[in-house]
Amino acid sequence: MIGPRLTAVIIVALLAGPTAVALAATQVGIVRPTSEPARPSAALGAQLYAGNCASCHGIAGAGISAARPGAGAVPGAGPPLRRVGALAVDFYLRRGYMPLSSIHDEPGDQRVLFSDKEIRSLVAYVAGLGRGPAIPHPVPDPANISDGFSLFTDHCSGCHQLVGRGGFVTGAKVPPLQSIAPTQIAEAVRIGPYLMPRFSRTQISDRQLNAIIAYVQSTSHPDNRGGWGIGNLGPIPEGLVAWWIGAPLLVLSARAVSRRRRSG
Amino acid sequence: MGGAGAADVSRQRHDGLEDPVRFIDERASAAPLMRKAMRYLFPDHWSFLLGEIALYAFIVLVVTGVYLALFYVPSTAQSVYNGTYAPLRGTMMSDAYKSVLQLSLEHKAGLLLRQTHHWAADLFLVAIVMHLMRVFFTGAFRRPRELTWIIGVTMLGAALLEGFLGYSLVDDLLSGMGIAIAYGVGLSLPIIGGPLMLAIFGAPFPGKPEFFGRMYIAHVFLLPAVLAALIGAHLALIAARHHTQFRESKRTTNTRMVGAPLFPAQVPRSMGLMFLVAGILFLFGGLVQINPIWQWGPFHPYLGENGAQPDWYLGWLIGALRLTPSFDVTVGHYTLIPNPFWGGALFPLIVLGVLAGWPFIERRFSGDRAVHNIAERPRDAPNRTAFGVAFLTWVFLIFAFGAADRIFVLAGLSYDTQLYIFRIGIWVVPLALFVLVRRVCRQLQAADAVQAIQEQAEEEAEQETQRPQPVLRSTRSEPTA
Ligand code: HEC
Ligand code: HEC
Repeated sequence: MIGPRLTAVIIVALLAGPTAVALAATQVGIVRPTSEPARPSAALGAQLYAGNCASCHGIAGAGISAARPGAGAVPGAGPPLRRVGALAVDFYLRRGYMPLSSIHDEPGDQRVLFSDKEIRSLVAYVAGLGRGPAIPHPVPDPANISDGFSLFTDHCSGCHQLVGRGGFVTGAKVPPLQSIAPTQIAEAVRIGPYLMPRFSRTQISDRQLNAIIAYVQSTSHPDNRGGWGIGNLGPIPEGLVAWWIGAPLLVLSARAVSRRRRSG
Repeated sequence: MGGAGAADVSRQRHDGLEDPVRFIDERASAAPLMRKAMRYLFPDHWSFLLGEIALYAFIVLVVTGVYLALFYVPSTAQSVYNGTYAPLRGTMMSDAYKSVLQLSLEHKAGLLLRQTHHWAADLFLVAIVMHLMRVFFTGAFRRPRELTWIIGVTMLGAALLEGFLGYSLVDDLLSGMGIAIAYGVGLSLPIIGGPLMLAIFGAPFPGKPEFFGRMYIAHVFLLPAVLAALIGAHLALIAARHHTQFRESKRTTNTRMVGAPLFPAQVPRSMGLMFLVAGILFLFGGLVQINPIWQWGPFHPYLGENGAQPDWYLGWLIGALRLTPSFDVTVGHYTLIPNPFWGGALFPLIVLGVLAGWPFIERRFSGDRAVHNIAERPRDAPNRTAFGVAFLTWVFLIFAFGAADRIFVLAGLSYDTQLYIFRIGIWVVPLALFVLVRRVCRQLQAADAVQAIQEQAEEEAEQETQRPQPVLRSTRSEPTA
């Protein structure tokens, strides 16, 4: 019992170095220095990295291949971060995928634990560890939305559903795409998180990506002429409506016309 | 001209307007038939109207379908879309899909009628299933109504196929995936599968262009004609053998009916119901979006989407395809029975077969060959009721698994866990329900018996106290006399 926890504390203390580290963090599971500088900086990033990421991703992003006890008895293992660049860190942190609570989980708890300043700092720190792609700056292109739609059906709808409502693929839950900022959509396409394939610029050019993003954004408000959209999922909600609203109405009408005359 | 004179003239003209029965009788000597029809007695209970609801949904389907047929183009020829819907402009699509797209987005009332047609199909099958359950659980299929029942089950099968064809004709991405699955199931039929599918599709999937013409004729002519003929036979048999009735009053017996005559009592009720059903269907069509095909996009064989589903009434087949463990029957190198056969073909055949054969299966077990005109309450036939509940639950659980991917997304229960739970649950839950329902039925029966005895005793006691005073006096006076 005590063994792993003690080692964890020692590792954390060693990695955090001279920085004062508040173990009782304000947010669950996050370790941050007691006093943070006012502006984002790679130095703050280094501190945050040491406290929250190094247990799995190793010192200075070297990676840890075999699982070994990490912070808070979390078995630590993770890919190296030397070449992932600003792009991947930005995505994983802004979508709340990191830090993982267990290396066996599919990332994607969607709880963003860091402030914007902290994210910028971590991005600056990890980006400085090696050469990697920068954060993309997509410009959604509504004029080419039809290209976006057909590219989306070609590349994405097999997993994300046609209106981006998500679903299930063997081994993973595919998230819905409605509340995701353009930058993170572009990052996801270039990274291919978890089971999602990564798409290079030859497969999907930046221009095409802008069109895809325009389409993905339009799915927050799809063209629901015809009335109540019931989820844009197709037959499952339709069947539920048929049985839970339609059937009772039909039964009520049968009862309405057959109410017995009280004659005797 | 005075009022009286006008009346005289019209009587002399004898144009039949004021006496339609005589008018028709003079020309067709149909008075006996019409008199009989008008005196036909309808039971009062609302549950006897469920079949009528299905009939009215069918009428709405035909009427709205005719409108859709004015615009639909059954062709898979490809061309570029240049219509009003921006996310599809410049996209290659079949003429079939394009015609439905234009009908939905550009023609007046097109979307209303298309949605009403689709909701009517969904609710047509809802009504059929509710009607089937009523007839099953009240034993109304027993002698002399077995034929009516079998025709009913046949109509259910025809309606399933008809609905599937309608869903497929649109040639949007969902319907294309549906056809692909149906093609796979068709191919899995032992021995005849390959040749049969080749005959229907004209070539391996997605088939020759003629295939769409074939589906179209089947959807707008063959199957509706079959359904209409079966409906006619169904109604004729009901008229000949009469409805069953609940024993709601002491006057109702196995040979005597109590109820409202077709005319004048039942006609306004049925008309009212027809308008209510049509109203509900059109309200749905106008207010609730169904199958927004512009959001799905056109089908091409290399495309797919996550979570594609058939309309609800075929969901049980998807569930069965997913639940069946993966195994084929092979003879040497030849796959005699490929896997989709079990869930996609054998399972529905078993379900429809058990349903159609039920009157005879039940007779074997109960030995009851008598004529029954009284509808039983479910508790009065514990075995049948328990079997019905178990059987429906079995089908329902398999159906529910068809949506396992959505259950996963909503409830987080992993797909593999669900597979495991369902593979056991579809056998255990119906079995447990069978035992439970049978017990509940028997207890209700016992409670009824106790109550009957009690009521009888009370009645007798009441008669005792209410016995006219003179009698009492006379008995008392007897000894003194
Ligand atoms: C519990 C262990 C664990 C912790 C703690 C953790 N990670 Fe990770 N991280 C992983 C694993 C495992 C993966 C690989 C995920 C996958 O396969 O999708 C990963 C992937 C990543 C990636 C993507 C790598 C790539 O190749 O694209 C980035 C970037 C990342 N983590 C950043 C961080 C940052 C920054 C922190 C600290 C805030 C952190 N992680 C904390 C385990 C962890
Ligand atoms: C093989 C299936 C698959 C395909 C194809 C795919 N994705 Fe994904 N996508 C996933 C999965 C699984 C995740 C969740 C990853 C995770 O949990 O780490 C995901 C995540 C995402 C995210 C991040 C969602 C979030 O909540 O953070 C975006 C954005 C995204 N995908 C966009 C796309 C786009 C755009 C395409 C097409 C170019 C695409 N995906 C193609 C499976 C897929």
